[in-house]
Amino acid sequence: MIQIRDLHKYFGTLHVLKGIDLDVDKGEVLSVIGASGSGKSTLLYCINGLEPIQQGSVEVDGTDVHAKGTDINKLRQQLGMVFQQWNSFPHLTALENVALAPKIVKGKSKAEAREIAAQQLKHVGLGEKLDVYPSALSGGQQQRLAIARALAMEPEYMLFDEATSALDPELVGEVLETMRMLAEEGMTMICVTHEMGFARDVSDRVAFFHQGVMEEIGPPAQIFGDAQSEHTRKFLANVR
Amino acid sequence: MFDYNFHWRPVMKNLPDLLEAALLTLQVAVLAMILGIVIGLGLALIRLHMRGPLRWLASCWVELARNTPALFQLFFFGFGLGAFGLHLSPYMIVLTGLTFNCAGYLAENFRGGFQAVPDTQLRASRSLGMTAWQAYTRIVIPQVLRIVYHPITNQMVWAVLMSSLGMLVGFRELSGETQFFASRTFRIFEYFAVTAVIYYVIVKIILLGSRLLASRLFRY
Repeated sequence: MIQIRDLHKYFGTLHVLKGIDLDVDKGEVLSVIGASGSGKSTLLYCINGLEPIQQGSVEVDGTDVHAKGTDINKLRQQLGMVFQQWNSFPHLTALENVALAPKIVKGKSKAEAREIAAQQLKHVGLGEKLDVYPSALSGGQQQRLAIARALAMEPEYMLFDEATSALDPELVGEVLETMRMLAEEGMTMICVTHEMGFARDVSDRVAFFHQGVMEEIGPPAQIFGDAQSEHTRKFLANVR
Repeated sequence: MFDYNFHWRPVMKNLPDLLEAALLTLQVAVLAMILGIVIGLGLALIRLHMRGPLRWLASCWVELARNTPALFQLFFFGFGLGAFGLHLSPYMIVLTGLTFNCAGYLAENFRGGFQAVPDTQLRASRSLGMTAWQAYTRIVIPQVLRIVYHPITNQMVWAVLMSSLGMLVGFRELSGETQFFASRTFRIFEYFAVTAVIYYVIVKIILLGSRLLASRLFRY
């Protein structure tokens, strides 16, 4: 379980997250929506420790992410992350992209790592592309490669940072489909997203962020049908 | 109006000496490049990641190496240091001068290379649980090496050609040796023509080797 308590994050003097309290249970799919600059992506970076925090705490399965003694590299193995700009490693083939971390981080043998990688790539529908370099893959395929790469570490949680925002419209579907499949398999997911359809259909809960504050959180039916906050209603009216 | 008679025989007689001198040229250029790559990488990392006097010194090095004539740099290590009582052998003058120059140019290449690899590559690596060291050695540096590969090849060619300045500080590498024989026989055109061909062949071999290596190293 991920427990966030009174989380404050500053970039210099800019107050980006203003006291976030949030629990995410095992097996839950949480979508985080809100305007650009509302702090949604920063939240993800604070959860896996890629950004330091200034106040509050983030605990993953009881381990304080930002405590001094925490082995952050070990903790991150539990937290797969998928980025907006898929960030595939251009100098490695699809198979190598996925096999690298299991090998050097988890200490799997080369053969074992390649087997895991091949399996994960098949899982996301890239079984035919094992020896292809990312430059020969479409954006959607590269994003699915990034998902396979994160899954190969066998994480307990998956963090999606606007995984479809940088994709051409016709490629969004295949990535959402992969995310939907993961959700159905019971993966715990936090998805920062602008895909309202995905948020409504796939999530257990939806959180709306506004200017660094979590304005509202609840089941999709409540957020999309009966939002309590004025800001939520305004935002949803604009994106529809 | 054109009544010069070519005499190639003396050059051919000295060809073995010239080829031996060519090896010396190659040796000093290769050594300067190896040292230049190591120092240049260090200078680039200092300029990218450090503050204070060390960074200032690194910047001075790069500025001086790039913005003053290479010949003056050789003269500094020869006659300049000599004025302070520090006398280097001609070989050392050329080696230090070339290294100084190459390190300065390569530092800028490396700096550009590091800046061209997006930060997000590092982030993605770290998000998979890699240590900073693993992320740099497995993800960032291999990409930097590809970006700086061709500039490094250019610099290697430049080092070979620039080493000819050695003849002005009394170093008998290929140009120095050529000058020596030419002035003894007065067959200046013939000697330098043959030497030009030797330089050309050396550079061609470097470029070919580099292209061959690149096709094996970079398949993406």
